[in-house]
Amino acid sequence: MDNLIIGDKCFTSRLFTGTGKFSSSKLMYDAIVASGSELVTVALKRVELDNKEDDMLANLRADNINLLPNTSGVRNAEEAIFAAQLSREALGTNWLKLEIHPDPRYLLPDPIETLKATEILVKEGFIVMPYINADPVLCKRLEDVGASVVMPLGSPIGSNKGLATRELLRIIIEQSNVPVIVDAGIGAPSHAAEAMEMGAAAVLVNTAIAASSNPVAMGIAFKMAVEAGRMAFNARLAPIQNCASATSPLTAFLDL
Amino acid sequence: MTFYDEVQKYNWDEVTNAIYSKTAEDAERAISKRASGARLDVNDFMALISPAAEQYLENIVSQSADITRQRYGYTMQVYIPLYLANYCSNSCVYCGFSCNNKIKRNVLDEEHIEKECLAIKKHPFQHILLVTGESDHYSGVKYLGKAISQIKRHFEQISIEVQPMDTDDYKYLLEKGLYSVAVYQETYNEAKYPSYHPKGKKSNYRYRLETPDRLGDAGMYKISIGALLGLEDWRTEAFFVALHMRYLEAKYWKSKLSLSFPRLRPYVGEGDYFQPNSIMDERNLLHLMCAYRLMSEDVEISLSTRERPFFRDNVLKLGVTTISAGSKTTPGGYSDYEGTKELEQFEVNDDRSVDEIVAKVKEVGLEPIWKDWSLYLQGEEKVNS
Repeated sequence: MDNLIIGDKCFTSRLFTGTGKFSSSKLMYDAIVASGSELVTVALKRVELDNKEDDMLANLRADNINLLPNTSGVRNAEEAIFAAQLSREALGTNWLKLEIHPDPRYLLPDPIETLKATEILVKEGFIVMPYINADPVLCKRLEDVGASVVMPLGSPIGSNKGLATRELLRIIIEQSNVPVIVDAGIGAPSHAAEAMEMGAAAVLVNTAIAASSNPVAMGIAFKMAVEAGRMAFNARLAPIQNCASATSPLTAFLDL
Repeated sequence: MTFYDEVQKYNWDEVTNAIYSKTAEDAERAISKRASGARLDVNDFMALISPAAEQYLENIVSQSADITRQRYGYTMQVYIPLYLANYCSNSCVYCGFSCNNKIKRNVLDEEHIEKECLAIKKHPFQHILLVTGESDHYSGVKYLGKAISQIKRHFEQISIEVQPMDTDDYKYLLEKGLYSVAVYQETYNEAKYPSYHPKGKKSNYRYRLETPDRLGDAGMYKISIGALLGLEDWRTEAFFVALHMRYLEAKYWKSKLSLSFPRLRPYVGEGDYFQPNSIMDERNLLHLMCAYRLMSEDVEISLSTRERPFFRDNVLKLGVTTISAGSKTTPGGYSDYEGTKELEQFEVNDDRSVDEIVAKVKEVGLEPIWKDWSLYLQGEEKVNS
């Protein structure tokens, strides 16, 4: 089996999803179940931590879907650590999608604060999954301080523009010793398939499913694309060639 | 350098002329520029809101609707205003709170605030907007700090719409748990401004205009700006709001921005009431909201209960991100509406219940978002109510 292991958990699905932007919690639930996703990120700013009967979370957990709280909204390491501690206590999970984006327009992550917070949170026993720019050196630094995965962006969150950072993602995947999860900007199943073919361990998709006209069908489409992309990666893609069969004018003399 | 310096680069009448001289071709260019994914500048914005662009309204609205779904998904944020006081030391000629008006004044004390919070909490609101008249004496920064400390036991996201303050005051209120501040310039026309604001601290155009700069300096999470549409030519006002938005985006990159559209309507009853100098109808209002959406994917667009239900319901999916529901505009209005009715700042036109409005939001296919913030994300320990 080609399962993905992160921390103490084993995932059969390499499609991670989000919970925002759906027109109702029921549709969100149906789309997530249809996508086969086993890890779903939830914005702490939307959750009522002291409400144990939060329908949305209860339904997901009942189906053995793992929750990945994210810190969207914090602006620095200190706020992220505070939020993480409260989240662990209230939701009973030490998993954390670390998002520190002080810029509210493009929601681009702050690399300095993210590295700082990762180092501290890892020491405090968190499974830290940092959302970051597609910066290969930063990925190595995060790996050094104990990040469980790295989550570089394909393009800005919610933009659906695909793998605009393709060349950097290629380097990150080549160099990484922890799973690389392409997090943001995946807008179509073909983008997800491309990331998987490149060797990403998983992808995280939210807007492309939630803001589509049929989130359930789109959830299934992404499931299939991620599986196809992974299968293609494992099967090793055939090399790309310009000509059907090139002659060898430079070495033909060897046969004479 | 502040926005005051930026405004000096523009002449009001020249801007007005430039907007009204835009051609259909200019409008088409701006619309297709946005459609191709390029960012619009303030010159494009002039074309977009010009009379020449009116024939392309359907196209502008359709782009706006698509951008909003892409960015905000199928959601609508809901909030409720809480009027704390209606004492005011200004005498704005268009406002019911003006100190020249002999109306009953009130400021809520701790006990009364608690009553109001509990009345509001019958619904799942987590975002509350505290509103006062502009009175340093009755509802100054210390009063507001104390009110925020109390109110955060019930609500996760606290905004204010009160008198402009100094940077240090804003920092103090941020520490207390404040999230955002709304401050409307009323008119960006410096020459005309004094005729609308003859007295009080508000007569200082520059101090008011530089308030968003001070908010940015203080590190406010969100800044809401806007003009009171109806004082001067609404298109020219709208241009200056767009200019202000672009200025703030570039300079205070950590603060979210939000736009509101308070709109004066002609007064049809008896008596010597203020009449708007520039009439903006519902078609114009929709046009303007959507033009801002084409300028900015992420700016929040807020629609209050000043607009009538028919209009509000029909524009829910066209660019709006935030609505108020169940608003009472009197201090004490939630726990005792009948007893406080005479304190009203303005009459709401959408007086439907919270349940009715929320049902409508769901009916058009949007999920109401009651909670979009947690106080602990700004380092605040939540005090349970």
